[in-house]
Amino acid sequence: MQYTFHFGDIWAAREELFWGTLLTLELSAGSMVLSLVVAVFGALARTGGPRWLQALVSAYVEFIRNTPFLVQVFVIYFGLPAIGIRLDAIVCAVIAMVLNGSAYTIEIIRAGIESIGHGQSEAARALGLHRLQAFRLIVLPQALQAVVPPLGSQFILLMLNSSIVSVISAEELTAAAQDIQSRTFRSFEAYIVAAIIYFCLSMLFSGAFAVVSRFAFARPTVR
Amino acid sequence: MRQLNWNDLLFLPYAARWTVLLSASAFVGGGLIGLAIALMRVSPSRTLRWAAIAYIRVFQGTPLLLQLFLVFFGSELLGAGLDPYLAAVLGLSLNAGAFLGEIWRGSIQAVPPGQSEAARALGLGYGARMLRVVGPQALRVAVPPTVGFLVNLVKSTSLAAVIGFVELTRAGQLLNNATFRPFAIFGCVALIYFLLCWPLTLASKRLERRLASAYKR
Repeated sequence: MQYTFHFGDIWAAREELFWGTLLTLELSAGSMVLSLVVAVFGALARTGGPRWLQALVSAYVEFIRNTPFLVQVFVIYFGLPAIGIRLDAIVCAVIAMVLNGSAYTIEIIRAGIESIGHGQSEAARALGLHRLQAFRLIVLPQALQAVVPPLGSQFILLMLNSSIVSVISAEELTAAAQDIQSRTFRSFEAYIVAAIIYFCLSMLFSGAFAVVSRFAFARPTVR
Repeated sequence: MRQLNWNDLLFLPYAARWTVLLSASAFVGGGLIGLAIALMRVSPSRTLRWAAIAYIRVFQGTPLLLQLFLVFFGSELLGAGLDPYLAAVLGLSLNAGAFLGEIWRGSIQAVPPGQSEAARALGLGYGARMLRVVGPQALRVAVPPTVGFLVNLVKSTSLAAVIGFVELTRAGQLLNNATFRPFAIFGCVALIYFLLCWPLTLASKRLERRLASAYKR
């Protein structure tokens, strides 16, 4: 091997990597929160809504889950301007990530809802709560508690997937690495540094989620 | 810019053949790596187990896109510049190996340890034990999640477009650059992916149900 590694150029661009990492975190956290909100309504519609709504939600979930994220990004980024809606690359990235993430999150939350025994919502109804009240106050909190671990891994997947929005030049971590490599031609160094940052982030978050679900959600759920 | 015509749209299913080929090659490569990882993961040697865990952590903890970039640009540094197809097959195989290894480890561990112990008591060596006793039983458990993983693999091949290999997604991009009809083109691209993945999803769910009812008794 004739090649000598040279990380000086990468170190010189550390600020760009820092801002890229920050945007990656913002994108992932933002779309995780938004898709969680969408998914709660989606899961409610999927489990308790009228039949046509259930069919609509499950068609959405299946279509998103059986097509690549990259293609979804292209549809939004190139498709919306074609019908006259001009959006910033970052906004497109968030829309794509929320559309994609909520399909997976709906399935996670639905599984959580289905794991809560029927007796819970029946008892709530018997105590005079309205159907939606029973869902909001009794079923949903327990369901969310039960799905904290899969939601944690979903967040990490979302974060790793967010690297794909670099193709529409949203300046997150992967795009920052691409930018550095196109200026300095140190492609391997730029990408290995970005990969190490992603790796540290996913280790950090999986560790943090493990601790949180161990201590904060250790209460036994009633079946 | 020119008009989009029917021949252009036929270019997409034509390009989908490369998506299928890429998925199949990556599945073979990933299967071989995954088998090795799964066996290392359940081996009695601590070093092997840790090496397998480290491998899985690294490939599941970094974005696939960066793994593809690193294989693509890394092979150039080694002086064996791979063309985009080979780089994509290698990158996807390395990644799939981590996921399949984890799936298959679970399947192997789902076989009760008594099976392996009994085989050992009967004098079977490691190879015969794995191949004739544990393997066939683990296979049953392994099939549904493996088919489910194939869906992910087919979707992942779209990332080969970013390193310049002309498969389905890249074909859509090229067509869109020439005609700029993004909704029609990427809609068709998405539909073709859906037609490839949906049957696999259904098959995986059905196999899972069948397995669950087999274990209920």
